[in-house]
Amino acid sequence: MKLLQTPVQEIETASELEKIINENENVMVCCGRMGPMCIPVYDTMEELQDEYEHVKFYSMAFDSPEAGVIRNAPECRGFMGLPFTMYYKNGEVAHATSSIQNRQQITTILDEKLK
Amino acid sequence: MEKYDLMIIGAGAAGLTAGIYASRAKLNTVIINEGVVGGQMVLTEEVANYPGVETTKGYMLANTMKTQAKSFGCKIRSNVKITSYALEDPVKSVTLEDGRSFSADAVILTPGGRPRSLNIPGEDQFKGTGISYCATCDGDFFTGKEVIVVGGGNSALEEAVALTNFATKVTIVHQFDHFQAFEHAIKEAQNNPKIEFIMESELREFIGDTTLEKVTIEHLPTGNMSEMNIDGVFIFVGYLPNTESLAGLVALNERNEIIVDPDMKTPIPGMFAAGDCIAKKYRQVTTAVADGTIAALSASEFLRTRNTKAAPKPASLSVQG
Repeated sequence: MKLLQTPVQEIETASELEKIINENENVMVCCGRMGPMCIPVYDTMEELQDEYEHVKFYSMAFDSPEAGVIRNAPECRGFMGLPFTMYYKNGEVAHATSSIQNRQQITTILDEKLK
Repeated sequence: MEKYDLMIIGAGAAGLTAGIYASRAKLNTVIINEGVVGGQMVLTEEVANYPGVETTKGYMLANTMKTQAKSFGCKIRSNVKITSYALEDPVKSVTLEDGRSFSADAVILTPGGRPRSLNIPGEDQFKGTGISYCATCDGDFFTGKEVIVVGGGNSALEEAVALTNFATKVTIVHQFDHFQAFEHAIKEAQNNPKIEFIMESELREFIGDTTLEKVTIEHLPTGNMSEMNIDGVFIFVGYLPNTESLAGLVALNERNEIIVDPDMKTPIPGMFAAGDCIAKKYRQVTTAVADGTIAALSASEFLRTRNTKAAPKPASLSVQG
């Protein structure tokens, strides 16, 4: 069941996430709620979809049990701010951030980690 | 160069409202927005005091305003970086980082404001790993932990009370010996057994390894520094107007707010300003919407009379004195 109302396509299950990161070289997933720290990240991803055609952009509901795979990821240890944003390269976590990020912070990571 | 009748800089409540009014009045209008559409509205979890709407999420209100503006033909260029402004001449123009440029015969400045940060060492490093600016978003990460709330206004005291639902102890650190909040908010915080107060003090540094572990606090009257172990810090120390890049282009007061007259006009012909960026006392979604309406109507009138004035008047009709 979709829980988010964002312009970014929502991943609903852990197995779907697994499939996506294995079938695509570059994937960014913003795992959050519909709150003030998360919405700006979804909006930025919507705008970047046209500019970064080699990256797949997705959202995932933080409160879904299926999102445990992100909530409990070792890369997210110590994270205490929504959203948890994951950057995957060839199926592996290339980078992860906690809390709101602006467009420049996101594009810097995309340019460095998901070339 | 894209040419418009009216250019609006900023897509928060004031800018979107100005866009709705101007485009509905058939002015060819563009909103150029450096941040996220909706501005600080999207930073508001719940809006319960917007008349005509019982209760809504901030982002829903922002989204509806955006849809409304677009439905009347308003163009929105969002998440861009403006690199230069030329706003003093009769034709106003801005250039973006990607080389695109826009011009218009009138401009409304609605850049809004942003939460003020403390600007002390460690603040960027621990954002999201101990430092937060949103209790509603991140409060549950601090269940059973101890947190500090920095600030002494309504937001700080109300969020401190909200955080007692999660944290075992909330310490409010405030720079003055009194609070600026409403009396009821002060009373509620003072009566809460989980809340303690450190007055006349400021944070000086955030310290930790991968997550925040402790802070340094200065007691201002004595200059004494002390360290305090802490799991999280929530910062609510007011707002700053987003007017840095407009300095020199428009008159700002000592708080860097744009000075306008009651019709939202600046001293420069064809330049208006509205919303949280202007010098005023109360900042609400409703006041931003009102300012944006007035600015759009003033800009419409300016463009109309300017076009009329373009034709020279007979000398006999000129009024002396």
